[in-house]
Amino acid sequence: MDFLDRFAVPNPGPTIYASMVAIALTTIAIIIGLTYFKKWGYLWREWLTTVDHKRIGIMYLISAILMLFRGGVDAIMMRAQTAVPDNTLLGAQEYNEIFTTHGVVMIIFMAMAFIMALMNFVIPLQIGTRDVAFPRLNALSYWLYFAGAMLFNISFVVGGSPDSGWSSYFPLAGTDFSESVGTNYYMIALQISGIGTLITGINFITTILKMRAPGMSLMKMPMFTWSALITNLIIVFAFPVLTVALAMGTMDRLFATNFFTTENGGMDMLWANLFWVWGHPEVYILILPAFGIYSEIISTFARRNLYGYKSMVYSMIAISLLSFLVWVHHFFTMGQGALVNSIFSITTMAIAVPTGIKIFNWLFTLRKGSIVLTTPMLYSLGFIPIFTIGGVTGVMLGMASADYQYHNTMFLVAHFHLVIIPGVVFAMIAGLFYWWPKMFGFMLNERLGKWSFWFIAISVCLTFFPMFISGLDGQARRMYTYSESTGFGVWNMISFIGAIGLAIGFALIVYNIYYSVRYSPRNIPADPWNARSLEWATATPVPDYNFAILPEVKSTEAFWDSKIYGDKLFNKRIEPIHMPNNSGMPFIMGIIFFIWGFAFVFGLWILLVLSTIGIGICLALRSYEKDEGYYIPVDEIERVEKTGGKKK
Amino acid sequence: MKLKTSFLIGMFIVVMVLTGCEPLLVLDPKGPQGRTTANVIMISIWTMAIVVIVVFAMYFYIVRKYLASRQSKDYVPPYIEGSVKLEIIWTAIPILIVAFLSVVTVISTYKVESVPEGYEEEPLVIYASSSNWKWHFSYPEQDIETVNYLFIPTNRPIEFKLYSFGPISSFWIPQLGGQKYAMADMVNTLNLAADVPGEYSGRNANFTGEGFAQQTFNVTAMSPKEFDKWIRDIKSTAETLTEEKFDELLQPGHLGQSTYKGTHLEFSPPPENHHSKEPLKDNQEEIKNQKIIKDDLSNDEDHSNMKH
Amino acid sequence: MKVDKSLPLEYGTEQNRLNILGFWVFIGAEIALFGTLFASYFTLINRTGNGPAGAEIFEIAPVMIETILLLTSSFTIGLAIHAMRMGKVKATITFFIITLLLGLGFLGIEIYDFIVFIHEGATLQTSGFTAILFLILGTHGAHVLVGIFWGIFIISQLFKHGLTPRTNNKAFIFSLYWHFLDVVWIFIFSFIFMKGML
Repeated sequence: MDFLDRFAVPNPGPTIYASMVAIALTTIAIIIGLTYFKKWGYLWREWLTTVDHKRIGIMYLISAILMLFRGGVDAIMMRAQTAVPDNTLLGAQEYNEIFTTHGVVMIIFMAMAFIMALMNFVIPLQIGTRDVAFPRLNALSYWLYFAGAMLFNISFVVGGSPDSGWSSYFPLAGTDFSESVGTNYYMIALQISGIGTLITGINFITTILKMRAPGMSLMKMPMFTWSALITNLIIVFAFPVLTVALAMGTMDRLFATNFFTTENGGMDMLWANLFWVWGHPEVYILILPAFGIYSEIISTFARRNLYGYKSMVYSMIAISLLSFLVWVHHFFTMGQGALVNSIFSITTMAIAVPTGIKIFNWLFTLRKGSIVLTTPMLYSLGFIPIFTIGGVTGVMLGMASADYQYHNTMFLVAHFHLVIIPGVVFAMIAGLFYWWPKMFGFMLNERLGKWSFWFIAISVCLTFFPMFISGLDGQARRMYTYSESTGFGVWNMISFIGAIGLAIGFALIVYNIYYSVRYSPRNIPADPWNARSLEWATATPVPDYNFAILPEVKSTEAFWDSKIYGDKLFNKRIEPIHMPNNSGMPFIMGIIFFIWGFAFVFGLWILLVLSTIGIGICLALRSYEKDEGYYIPVDEIERVEKTGGKKK
Repeated sequence: MKLKTSFLIGMFIVVMVLTGCEPLLVLDPKGPQGRTTANVIMISIWTMAIVVIVVFAMYFYIVRKYLASRQSKDYVPPYIEGSVKLEIIWTAIPILIVAFLSVVTVISTYKVESVPEGYEEEPLVIYASSSNWKWHFSYPEQDIETVNYLFIPTNRPIEFKLYSFGPISSFWIPQLGGQKYAMADMVNTLNLAADVPGEYSGRNANFTGEGFAQQTFNVTAMSPKEFDKWIRDIKSTAETLTEEKFDELLQPGHLGQSTYKGTHLEFSPPPENHHSKEPLKDNQEEIKNQKIIKDDLSNDEDHSNMKH
Repeated sequence: MKVDKSLPLEYGTEQNRLNILGFWVFIGAEIALFGTLFASYFTLINRTGNGPAGAEIFEIAPVMIETILLLTSSFTIGLAIHAMRMGKVKATITFFIITLLLGLGFLGIEIYDFIVFIHEGATLQTSGFTAILFLILGTHGAHVLVGIFWGIFIISQLFKHGLTPRTNNKAFIFSLYWHFLDVVWIFIFSFIFMKGML
């Protein structure tokens, strides 16, 4: 019995029991459903073993939406708890677990996955190629992400959730103050999915550098591809820092080392530094692809080319370099003195310059355009004003002396939500609506889409603007409750109302998906938005091989030019196309990594050694495997092309 | 447009609140450091308001004017590569704004990091240490210690020496000035001062676990005379802080306010590292010196008492 | 599979070229990894707690032997690639085996060195300094260990298939990896051991 005790949740409440039941029922329902409809084979052949970037993108998308709801439920519970003073809906411990998982799930498992989804689906199409450089590694990336996400999520019902904040500052996150396995989950789950992200970074850099369509020089790449390239470069240089920090944290917790302890020479400030050396670039890993998406959507629906293409590229490069030079602004109050703080204040505020350049370039893309208010465009237009407010408050936070008053308050919370939600989440939803027809062959409902936009846009302001005020009135973040005499009640109540509005907005998006799956017409053209880049030059749905003939590119907007000026994109003859074989290996490795992580979390050393050997065997098998892929013959390609992309 | 209205309402609320009758704590400073940061905040708000207004004006003008529904059917948007002149303008102006704010930041950061200007008196040193989930205030000069409340004389600079017996905490009295971390392996120095007598709230602002929300303390600023009287009262009434008693106080949990003679600094000295690179000896000597001064003072007091 | 005859075999196919570029990017990530470890090392170098400092535990002899072994192995893997380019399977395999044996020797002495550290009272748990010392050496050592296994796979494939675009590509990428480990060791040798002993 002692062995099993470790898996029990330390302080179970009704929410946890309810989740246990829900998880069990859902699992049973899925298993029965798959068996009843005889879908096991389909699931295995078409999804679990796929190495197709489009399908991997869609799997990322589904995961991201699931995680959005997990993180969203956390958010609603937090806002409900703080809506009135001295509330007893949640206890301190529950609240601490919830805001911790909200942060981690939203950043690592929702936003990152959403970006991966869109990059996976769009980038190879946009650069006119047939897949990524390493299709099988791409699948492995996904399954590692998935293993990490699952591991993190089961912490809720097995052993206890992490409770020391998404930044997990030591010594609070050390074993002295966080005794449950929660923080072990944090360390290991982030490590596993982080490795997946790093592999994606390597994969996409290679893909974008080496596999662009003939004629597409770097300065002819679409802006989303540019943003993806820069993002992945940041990933490759930032994620190893996280890897090291997490390894140290894991060793402190499981092997009693003294990296971040308060005795024997440990240094708690080292964690804060390493975490933010990764953490700040991470913010730009999220926001740069979003900028890329906005550039695509704004120029598509303003019916104009992107204004100041070159300065858009250079400003992104500037942002990516500056992103590594500002991490100290996350702890101006640690006491490094006026000189260091002044330097990092200036680098922080300097980021406003390239960001401002981008805002003005978007405004001037709209100027002289012919603006069509579709759902993706509404999100992009909503982004500009709200993000501007989030951005200027960022400059305010960057001023060290003033930050001593903003730090750790709701003012900060308001700032980063008003940057991340319009910056990243709006872009993801906009991208979802924009590329949905390419993914699934039908459009999402515009009416419902616009409703959801107005709900979300107004609710975001309603939720987060009051936090500026309560922050300046002295409300610290991460407080599970406050007394009535503080006067924070009214602001928090407004935030709660806003949060409900946000929930309705997101529910509308899900309803929109359901509605459109059922009722949306299926006979849409391959280019329903009258767009400008190469992904719209393929058939809908996109055939396995993307392009029967690789396109030849002469400008940044090759597809647009082919429509307007009649440039020929496809000049060569159809030849047999080489395709990679599906493989179950990435999925199996994902499972083994999950077991590996689970064993690590609970210190089950024998299982850990066995699963490590398992991983080694997989790598060895991969090394010996002879997999040359297969060729699609010309007549089959011609048949597929004739039916407009549909198989058989 | 809905966005515009909601924005205007938002701005209205902001203005109402900022100028309202019950001012926000941070913008209602009661000391020189708090005043400096409040001024910086207001400078930055107004500067940023100008930026926001310019961007919003351009945004609404452009979006309104170039809506497809307001244009003729055969309007074809032109191809425009960009404009070097315009791009230089919107690079240069933000650089100027950032440069201006940088100057403000650097000056004010140096200001709030040092002893407030115009306060010539020797700073009063108070060691503020956090433990889960309390604050311990040691007055080495006066040789007393309080828990969860702080009495300070007005118009005298206070030098807080911050450290922690547990997780990283952040010592914050919004109306007196900005916060700073209290950490287990290092002593941080925070210079504050109050120039208005009154009661202010202080708290730990950095998350420290379960009892974090209630880790607050009260600050009472009073005239130096009253402060001296308070010290004398404590000396005659409070019990002595022993090591056992202090260990008891360190146990995780919440405590009310309490007061002791003597400080924990003698038997449980603060961490050795200072961010200002002062070695350990200075620290210990400082405490010793302060004790000597204190002993002298109390001797004097004894004499004066005898006379009366 | 189209093979471009104008290029060395390891660059011969499109996939081979992708593999090599991808591996360079991976080495970029590895540089960031070891860079972080070095930065942390110098942050924690004086945080010895109650344990010994570097100068008290470092010994010159084993470190010199390790350095010689690894530098030589870097040279032999270079010879292996040279032989591979000339199309000599046997020589390639021989140099590969020598390289791995040298790597194994390196590991053996490193483990011996660890045992010496522990006997002198510097365990993983002793202090912040010992923790980062073991982590940085251990990470490098683990890379060497992985390299040895990987090398064995490559040797067996060279035996089986000879020099093909596929095996040459693997062998070439392995050589990049091995040279990289050597470079990291030179940094460890200079900035941890030499600097620590002076």
